[in-house]
Amino acid sequence: MHKIILIIQREYLTRVRKKSFLIMTILGPILFAAFMVLPAWFATMEDTEVRTIAVVDSTNIFYKVLPETQYIKFEYPQGTSLKELQDNFEFSGYSAILFIPHNILASNTTILYSSKQPSMTVTMHIKNALEKEIENEKLKANNIENLDKILESIKTNINLRSITWNEDGKEKESNTGLAMGIGYGSGMLIYFFIFLFGAQVMRGVIEEKTNRIVEVIVSSVKPFQLMMGKIIGVGLVGLTQFVLWILLTVVFIGGVQKLLFPELSKTPTEQVLAQEIMNSQQLDSSSIPFTEPEPQILEEIFASLGDVNFILILGMFLFFFIGGYLLYASFFAIIGSAVDNEADTQQFMLPVTLPLIIAIFVMINTINNPEGSLAFWFSMIPLTSPVVMMVRIPFHPAAWEIALSAAILVLTFIGSTWMAGKIYRTGILMYGKKASYKELWKWLRYKN
Amino acid sequence: MDLFQAKNVVKEFSNHLALNKVSISVPENTIFGLLGPNGAGKTTLIRIINQITAPDSGELFYEGRKMTSDDIYSIGYLPEERGLYKKMKVGEQALYLAQLKGMSKHDALKKLKYWFEKFEMTEWWNKKVEELSKGMQQKVQFVTTILHEPKLLIFDEPFSGFDPINANLLKNEILELKRKGSTIIFSTHNMSSVEELCDHISLINKSEVILEGQIFDIKKNYRTNVYELSYLGDPEKLQAGLGASYELLTNSSENHVNFASIKTQTEDADNRLLKELIPLVNIVSFNELIPSMNDVFIRVVEETNKKNSKA
Repeated sequence: MHKIILIIQREYLTRVRKKSFLIMTILGPILFAAFMVLPAWFATMEDTEVRTIAVVDSTNIFYKVLPETQYIKFEYPQGTSLKELQDNFEFSGYSAILFIPHNILASNTTILYSSKQPSMTVTMHIKNALEKEIENEKLKANNIENLDKILESIKTNINLRSITWNEDGKEKESNTGLAMGIGYGSGMLIYFFIFLFGAQVMRGVIEEKTNRIVEVIVSSVKPFQLMMGKIIGVGLVGLTQFVLWILLTVVFIGGVQKLLFPELSKTPTEQVLAQEIMNSQQLDSSSIPFTEPEPQILEEIFASLGDVNFILILGMFLFFFIGGYLLYASFFAIIGSAVDNEADTQQFMLPVTLPLIIAIFVMINTINNPEGSLAFWFSMIPLTSPVVMMVRIPFHPAAWEIALSAAILVLTFIGSTWMAGKIYRTGILMYGKKASYKELWKWLRYKN
Repeated sequence: MDLFQAKNVVKEFSNHLALNKVSISVPENTIFGLLGPNGAGKTTLIRIINQITAPDSGELFYEGRKMTSDDIYSIGYLPEERGLYKKMKVGEQALYLAQLKGMSKHDALKKLKYWFEKFEMTEWWNKKVEELSKGMQQKVQFVTTILHEPKLLIFDEPFSGFDPINANLLKNEILELKRKGSTIIFSTHNMSSVEELCDHISLINKSEVILEGQIFDIKKNYRTNVYELSYLGDPEKLQAGLGASYELLTNSSENHVNFASIKTQTEDADNRLLKELIPLVNIVSFNELIPSMNDVFIRVVEETNKKNSKA
């Protein structure tokens, strides 16, 4: 036991002391922050070009009634025909011509002329504006008294509350968006963690093998101790890095957002959280742009936040995080021991990375349907369960499902480390032999 | 007493028999040469002694009892293909390897200080291994091998990569270790160092031990009864005067001194031959042509190979 601690210590310290660790620790959150903030930033930057659209309105119903936005303007040139506008389009400065025929109320058809494909934003805007205007026209045609008031009074905004009940029959209010966010985030983290640090285990094994130091080491410790020491040491490095990343990411995102876009760029979850904080501080909530929060909705979010079992989620996250890593790290250790250099790893990498990639695909399906049979089976298969089960946990799967998935994972990684240990101790001393799957099978069955 | 013994060790890899009922006995406080052509199975045997791999069958004894897994702490092993963590600092690495061999940090530091001073490597302590030359790295590795003062030391080609000065330093160190009571298994292809250092040898060829014993006895067994003579006098007189039980193999002259090699039919015939020679010529020098270990190695290996191919 003392030996394995020495090995863990070495694996941990040599990696944490590396310059690259420091660089990655600082760069990681910047990249994360960039991933989270940049899309929002690009979204705000999108389409700042002002598009002026000439409206040729044969009905005269729509004269100066089409609503304009910051970037979409309408002009209603008088005294020119559609033909003239089309002929002079190039020099007119218009980005499109909207032709509204006489019979639009009957035909429901209108035409947008332009030299380039108009953007989705523009066509949607025009379509919505026209629909609304025509609906109004049709209503007016019925000569209803106090139409404006009636229209105002029938405006409705449905608020769908989703309530689930657990095995005891106790009702729980759930917030699907929040559960999705948590599930997606933790699934992705586990995926990245396995890839990043599993590959580090592999590289560490290859390094020892190509250095030829491995023969000296295994004359003092059991190959299994060396392998486990490395897997645990690298895992601890990963945990350290992740904790640092999360702390720094929070700091960075906070800082960047305050600097660039005080309110715009938050993710929905963050917006929800931000609202809550603001509300609880009795601040003026109208400064938040995306909705006017109704007290009811906030209450719900409070209720569902209280309902999210953070201790369970955090506990299960750590469990699947570590379990998934241990399982895959043993595979990566096998690959490392089977090859002489990193270039040869390709043929073995695919079967290891494929289940992880499948897990990501299943994860997307799982978020939409966390209780489906696809979600169930892939959260039981140990190769995909760390990612897929983690997505399901915020949706309150049955306790026995979590327990079964966890038990299968534990049994599998015990089996895989045992298997890895057997292949590893033969592999690390084999040089110049092109390892095939058949060869690995033979190594597995060697007595010692 | 034998410090280490292997009895009928068999190890088979996929359709390749690496060791076929190999038995060796390493007497305590001797230098034991483990010899053999490339691919004979030496490295496999060494790995079995180090418990890196286990034999398929056969028994291992250490200090007269069955070998246990704790015995590896009293073994020091310098493999032929050696290496260190390139990015790790020399001192840290030496300390790590020593602790893996069961030394306490305090002990290891004290001993390392002694050896680093002795080998004049103190200023390497904080350097990374990759900054050292190959020979320097070998020195570091040698120190880490012997640091925990193991009873049994296994050196696989220890001199490769050393310049003559450092090789000599190493050789003296190995002899010093023996003087202090260590037992050393020494595997090499360099036969002159075998003759210089070894007391016993085992020669392995094609997975089997084909020759073993004390160097002195082996050489005696393989001598060819040829004597070398340099003399002043008439070569023809020598040729004519020699009796029928002696065969004159060569007889030549160079710078007024003549050289001859004479084969005797019986062993231990030196004095009788001298008696015959004294009346014939003026003897300048006379000695028996004792086969080098190199000759013995080649002769034995080729003989068994021939036998095997016939069978």
